[in-house]
Amino acid sequence: MSGVGLDPRTAPTFPMAAKTMLGDTQLRKNVRHATDVIQAKRARVVAEMPDWQQLREAGKQIRQHTMEHLDFYLEEFEANCTRAGGVVHWARDAEEARRIIVGLVKASGSDEVIKIKSMTTEEIQLNSALEAAGIHPFETDLAELIIQLGEDRPSHIVVPALHKNRQQIREIFQKKMNLPELGERPQDLADAARMFLREKFLRVKTGVSGANFLIAETGGVCVVESEGNGRMCLTLPETLITVAGIDKVVPRFQDLEVLLQLLPRSATGERMNPYNSIWTGVNAADGPRTFHVVLMDNARTEILADEEGRQTLNCIRCAACQNACPVYRQTGGHAYGSVYAGPIGAILTPQLQEMKHAQSLPYASSLCGACYEVCPVKINIPEVLIHLRNKVVKQNTAGVAGFFDVEASAMKAMAMIFRSERRFRAAQRLGRVAEGPLVHKDGRGEGWIGWLPGMLGGWTQVRDLQEMPKETFRDWWEKRAANGR
Amino acid sequence: MGVDGSAGSARAEVLRRIRAANGGAADGVAARVAWEGVTREYRRSGTRVRELMLELLEDRLRDYDATVVRTAGGDVARSVARMLAERGVTRMVVPVGLRAEWLPSGFEFVVDEGLSAGELNGFDGVMTGATLAIAETGTVVLQNVAGQGRRAVTLVPDYHLCLVRLDDVVETVPEAMARLQGTAELATTFVSGPSATADIEMTRIKGVHGPRFLDVILID
Repeated sequence: MSGVGLDPRTAPTFPMAAKTMLGDTQLRKNVRHATDVIQAKRARVVAEMPDWQQLREAGKQIRQHTMEHLDFYLEEFEANCTRAGGVVHWARDAEEARRIIVGLVKASGSDEVIKIKSMTTEEIQLNSALEAAGIHPFETDLAELIIQLGEDRPSHIVVPALHKNRQQIREIFQKKMNLPELGERPQDLADAARMFLREKFLRVKTGVSGANFLIAETGGVCVVESEGNGRMCLTLPETLITVAGIDKVVPRFQDLEVLLQLLPRSATGERMNPYNSIWTGVNAADGPRTFHVVLMDNARTEILADEEGRQTLNCIRCAACQNACPVYRQTGGHAYGSVYAGPIGAILTPQLQEMKHAQSLPYASSLCGACYEVCPVKINIPEVLIHLRNKVVKQNTAGVAGFFDVEASAMKAMAMIFRSERRFRAAQRLGRVAEGPLVHKDGRGEGWIGWLPGMLGGWTQVRDLQEMPKETFRDWWEKRAANGR
Repeated sequence: MGVDGSAGSARAEVLRRIRAANGGAADGVAARVAWEGVTREYRRSGTRVRELMLELLEDRLRDYDATVVRTAGGDVARSVARMLAERGVTRMVVPVGLRAEWLPSGFEFVVDEGLSAGELNGFDGVMTGATLAIAETGTVVLQNVAGQGRRAVTLVPDYHLCLVRLDDVVETVPEAMARLQGTAELATTFVSGPSATADIEMTRIKGVHGPRFLDVILID
């Protein structure tokens, strides 16, 4: 686990990873507690807003509109940011983004950087690239610091260390900050982080951030945070490097009136998060002297080209879907094998990566629709999940390989059986005989199957199957008619 | 624009991909028209009478443990003195352009003329004005102008005393953004309560890296 990023190319499939996670009762307890708390807070502050549904609708339309005119808004952002003294770079993929950022840090003359929590830098595994180049990154968000010092991996988009409880965090801090006497109250732990990082804030000359929004109209960048570590990284260094997906742009300054209402209430259940910073280029009297923005594609244009998948790009990374998801709440984030976990991860990761590396993720959902209901910009996640499942099936059944696809053949055989009453009844009889040796009785005399052979085993990996009833409904109905009742 | 030779081609390639996905290049005029067509049926302005709006602001600020007082224009310095005494702070940094009549005697006020981050770290607190405040969210908005200063000044010291004129209070976020539109290019910081985190078991803890204490004086 240590230091290795979450990468769908090397991670186990979701059902395999989920099975392991289900055995970790401490993790499940921590995740359940944290998501319960955020959901309750979110519900309370959303209920305060009589116009919440109208805000969601406007949010959705603004994001859709932006994607339809994305090239125009990116060029407008670039022109305005450049005019204000910023330097704009473009990156086709993660590799190119990493190369640009490492080059900029080296040019800044620093071999250390202070970092604001950023999912985009997680996505491109920037920290290991910096370290490989002899540059030490310091994570400054409390949760990211816990992850970095604990050599762990993030498990949530907004609160990446929610799978750790205070005792676990204390152990990490005691060891890595050399504080044997450290208490375990959350306040003690936060104070330790403040002491540990303050010296770095005052010393390190280069900062790296992500962005919540890029404002085309002004060339401004907006970062939303709570702790003030973001403001430290944005204002104290001499050089600031911001990396953002091309999907982060919004048309006008005014659009923040919608997004700054939707995001904090959805993400942390606050009316407004403690700090929003908006800055435009450089200002000789305020903040860094050099400012770079790296605009990164990294498969976002492929998502844009997919008519049904493109709404994924509307995401503003609030993670409300994650908190609401019954599957995420049981498995935690690591099971998704990707930095983007939960329902949004289940649709984003397969599209950001080559689909073949994340085939199981579109199935990591019960399609209950809770994610769609809480999404502040109304992304229909279940619709996209089904669309991606179709893609998986098409890929697996296409061409010569598809001819040998066991699942596809099984489905064809099932279709054949379902088409004929005679074959269906025969299959039921056969099933009752075949299941015999596998059934065991519970205390109340109910029969259960805990293990199925071969491909069917997937079903029983994480749940039991009830034995087939002794009599089918049809048999019972026919018998009833014959008895004349 | 980029530093290396391939950057220009990356720009062209990304824009080409977007246009291919969208079936052609976007037209600026069409984008403007379409943007105007976004449905905005949410509340664009508040409905409370002024006094209830001010009570809402005070309530939302106190919800995050700020001390809030209201004072008449002529009494600001006295209110400041009382607030600083209550917090037990004496050595304050202030931005260039903060009104001199707001500063009481008996305390040390140092004007920030490019102090280093290390020097800012040595102050008990900072005192500034504000561009506006949003009642519904309990937010004060600071910009890089006279009396509000650089972003670092309100960040490094552990205590922030913020003075807000009642005329600068709005009820909703859309009203705030409309007022800020004309100065949108200035460095802008929204402050809602003291620095906080909920990263440890979702327990809200005040003051991680920014000021741990925020107080507000509302000036009539």
